[in-house]
Order: sequence, then structure tokens, then C-alpha cells
Amino acid sequence: MEIDYKLPKKGWMDVPAELKKGFFCYGAKEKSLMAVDFPNARQWSVIEKDWKLPENWKQIILDGMADRLKRYRSFRLFMDICVRCGACADKCPVYLGTGDAKNMPVLRAELLRSVYRRYFTKAGKLGRLAGARELTLEVLKEWWYYFYQCSECRRCSLFCPYGIDTAEITIIGRELLNLLGLNIEWIAGPVANCYRKGNHLGLEPHTIKNSINFLLDEIEGVTGIKIEPSFNRKGSEILFVIPSGDMFADPGTYTCMGYMMLLHELGLDYTFSTYVSEGGNFGFFTSQEMAKRLNYKIYAEAKRLGVKWILGGECGHMWRVISQYMDTYNGPADFLETPRSPITGTEFQNAKSGKMVHISEFTADLIKSGMLNLDPKRNDHLKVTFHDSCNVARGMGMFEEPRYIIKAVCNNFYEMPENTIKEKTLCCGSGAGLNASENTEFRMRAGFPRANAVKYVREKHGVNMVGCICAIDRAALPPLLDHWVGDVGVCGVTELLANALIMKGEKERTTDLRGQELK
Amino acid sequence: MPNFEFGGKSYDVDEEGYLQNPEDWNKEMAEEIAKTEGVEMTEKHWEVVNFLKDYYKEYQIAPMIKILIKEMAKMFGPEKGNNKYLYELYPSGPAKQACKIAGLPKPTGCV
Repeated sequence: MEIDYKLPKKGWMDVPAELKKGFFCYGAKEKSLMAVDFPNARQWSVIEKDWKLPENWKQIILDGMADRLKRYRSFRLFMDICVRCGACADKCPVYLGTGDAKNMPVLRAELLRSVYRRYFTKAGKLGRLAGARELTLEVLKEWWYYFYQCSECRRCSLFCPYGIDTAEITIIGRELLNLLGLNIEWIAGPVANCYRKGNHLGLEPHTIKNSINFLLDEIEGVTGIKIEPSFNRKGSEILFVIPSGDMFADPGTYTCMGYMMLLHELGLDYTFSTYVSEGGNFGFFTSQEMAKRLNYKIYAEAKRLGVKWILGGECGHMWRVISQYMDTYNGPADFLETPRSPITGTEFQNAKSGKMVHISEFTADLIKSGMLNLDPKRNDHLKVTFHDSCNVARGMGMFEEPRYIIKAVCNNFYEMPENTIKEKTLCCGSGAGLNASENTEFRMRAGFPRANAVKYVREKHGVNMVGCICAIDRAALPPLLDHWVGDVGVCGVTELLANALIMKGEKERTTDLRGQELK
Repeated sequence: MPNFEFGGKSYDVDEEGYLQNPEDWNKEMAEEIAKTEGVEMTEKHWEVVNFLKDYYKEYQIAPMIKILIKEMAKMFGPEKGNNKYLYELYPSGPAKQACKIAGLPKPTGCV
């Protein structure tokens, strides 16, 4: 194969972004922005030339940048210190999958950095010579296109010798765009729903109850056991918060069945809340302020119900928000107690400030203490690999607990190649609110490196199930793997656990939670 | 914002032709939306759409496919309560096509 090493004819600043269908999500709707009092709520369309911006849009952006340069030292630092070494470039799954130079993290950041230089540095007065450029409408549209092509997975930041966190640059970029109402509906819709109804999908309390009842019937069908969880119950010891996708979308519903089976078997004094029926926080894909507003609800509800601590389900970015931002958003949550497992007595010191424990951590502790009766043979029809969800892996540093659980409940576990797992995990391609159907070509490309690693273990070991601990993964990986690999399922780790969990008084299991015959 | 022209009137739809205001919906319009999807509405098609509409009225969201399947089986028997049957009626998928014809909005989030 011959490689063309010639430089492109035009510099990147001279190549305006071309908004390609299949590579962007539809624009935020008026009613979604209005629901949270966001500016410039209006009817607009990405494909039309006129984005209906306020006349002084440029000033709004520049003022917004000035404000954020003051508020976030990280922002100024990340703008100043990049030496453009390019170590990040081929680490980004979006760049690997799309081949679009402006998706190299270094260049994506440069889209913003060039404007920073022009307006906020002395050298920027030299213009192009100093890598600076004017903020024009073309530049703004380019920002929108590429900042909503970054899944904020943070793989690049792992390899940056300066520790520049490009996701933080995307976050700021999106914040600035939101000052002009330039969000995407796949994010703005869930944010509005979550703010008004408590979850991204907009499920009403009775809808949640109906859906959970449906899952309880399924559990009874498989195990013969009747479970009755509680909702909004004051005085419960624990508030249990899960992503709403697990209540209402396959294959997350099997994970939800798993949660309820485990907690029932333990006899845990817990409650669901129909008001805090969402662990995820699409506000985080909008602005820090919006993330804070949505995060606050979890703690307000914990206070209202008078619980001691919070247990959190298998959600991705919820955990990044909880472990990296919650404390400065709304913390410390001193009205709660340091979480202690009532079953094992283990105190979760790491959750001392946020008072919220990850279900995988909680479960791994149960297994380690010998509190669960498990029959891994019930998962023998599965050959399992584990996809580290970016936010839990790089945003929280949790790698071993889910593996510890899988190894205890499955006899066939195979790791994907070393440079595609744990802190080096590859994105599902749809993170940070990009899993809209109109964005499919982008998603298939951005997820290609991950799918390729799954294909490898599929061919080498016959892997037929990918475990994960994130609801976006559970929504995004099935179409991705259907497209690139074929015949591989996706499940939550708690689903695997529940398959293997021997429950008191259960009937003989003939199928797994999905109704598949056991081997 | 894109529009759907019907009966001399113009209705708000999203980029993929989903009605924006469920109250705009009526039977004749549904037949017309079905045509744009290449679906000829028969009694069997209406069974699905009517269930979706009833479910939406009560729960403010389109049902999960497995709820649709289970309820169809309860109401019309197992030969109608399965994925294959629903895909025969709505080749692009009951979630996408039948919901669009029933005038339900598309769900968003981790789905």
C-alpha cells in the first residue's frame, strides 16, 4: 500500500466545514430550550443557512469566553499549553473512524484555540502567523459541527503529555454554543424532560410503575418469585437511582430486572423515586450550570425521603458527574451518612463526600464477602467480554469491580486487546448525547474501533455477549455490533449476575432473563 | 420547521416527518402518513396503531416493543403478538413506522 505523504493543498483554516448528512444531529427544539429557560429558543433547522442567531451573537460568544477564562483556570491553561505534538490524534476513536482531520483532538481544540488567540492574546494580533483567526459565522458553524462530533470520551487526554483534557474543551465549546441556543435536540429534549419530569425519556410516575410491573411479571416468569419494590417511600435506608433507559429500553430492561432481583434477595431497605428516575445527566452535555441543576435533584430527593445514602445503577456519565463534579456543584452531601453496606458492614470511604455507591462496587463487595449464592453455569451459553464504559473507566477509575463480578458469575470471560480496555477503552461512538438515529453514519464510524476489538474476540474466542455498565452503551452498542460484527449481544453486568443468582424459594431456572434456554 | 400538508392545512412535523402536536392527528391523516411510508392501512394495521394511541393516551410515551408484543398477544392471540407479524405489517419496524402513523413523538435519551 502506498501512502501519500504530501501535505494538503489548503491549510485547515481555509477549508470550511461541510455539514454532511449522517454526521450531525437535528437542532434543539424551541420548546426544549424554553423548558429550562435557555437563550434564543426558536424554531430553526441545521440545514438551513439562517440559524436565526441574535444580531450580537459574536459579542455573546466573546463575552462568554472571557467569562469562562476567568472562571476556569483549566480552560485558559488548556488554551495556552498545547504544543501541537499530535500524540492525541490517532488515539481518538472519532478521528480513527471518520478520518476527518478536524476530529483530531488537537485540531478540534484548535478550532476554539485559534479564536482564543485572536481575541485574548497579544500574539494573536499577528493573525494567521500566530495561529489566530476571526470569529465568523463559518467558524461558529464549524464549532457546532465538530463539538457535537466529540463524544467526550477522554481517551485523548490519557495520552497527552501535558494532560490537556480535550473533553473539557468540548464542554466549554458546547457551553458557548448554548449561549446562542445552538444545542442538538437529542440532548435538549432529554434535558427538558429530566428537568420537568425527572428522567430523560419523560416517563410519568404511573408509566414508570407500569413498566416496572411489566418487568416484575417477567422476573416471576423466570424465577417464580414475586417482587414488590417501593416507590418514593420516605424513611427508606437507601435511595436507588438508575438510568431511565434501564426502565424502558432493551436490553437495559434486563439489567433493571437484575437490580431488582439482587436487591430483593438481599432484603435491602431501598426505594425507587419517580422524581429522580434518572441517573444520567444530559445537562452535562450542555453546560456546567445545567448539569448542576439536574444533579441537585438527586440530593434534594434524598433529603426529602430521609434516606441514609444513595445507591447508583449502571450509568456512564452519571458517575463522572458524581465523582468529578458533584462535590463542587452541590456537595458535600453532609445531610447523608457515609454509605455502609447493611449486608457486609463495609463502609465505602471513597463515597464519603458524594454519599453515592456504584452498584458494581456494592455487588463486588457482596461477592467478596461470600454473601451471594451463585451458579455461574447458568451463564454457560454465553461467552462474555467486557466493554469499559468511558466515563466509569476514565472518569471514575473503576476497572476491576465489574470484572470481578463477571468472573464470579460467568465461566467464559475473554478480554479484548489490552490497548482497547480499562483506561484505554474505546468509545461506543454515541456518548455525550450523540446517539440520535439521524447521526447513524457518524456513530457507526466513531464506534468502529470498539467494534473492531469485539470482532477480534468474537473470531478468536467465539464471544457472543458484551457486558457493559452504561445505558448509552446498551442503546448504542447493539446497532454498532450488528453493523460491524454480527451475532453479539449486549448486556449489563447486573443482568449476568442475576442469571447466576440463586434466590431463596426460586423455581428451577430453565432460561436466562431473556428467555433463552440454558445450556 | 418542516411541514406536512394535508387537507389544505399545514402541520408541524419534525425532520423525519413525526407530528409535533399529537392533537393534530386524525384517521385520514394517518392514512396519508402511511402512504408516505409505503404502507397501505388495513384492519390489521389499525389494530396496532389503535393500541399505540391508547397506550400513549394513558402513559404519554410510545410503549416498549416487548410491551406492544405482549399486549397484542393478549388482545388478538399469539399469532399477532410477535415480532415477525409486526414487521410484516410495518417493514421499517413497528417502533418507527407505526408510531409515526399513530402521530406519536419519537423518544430520546439513552434509548
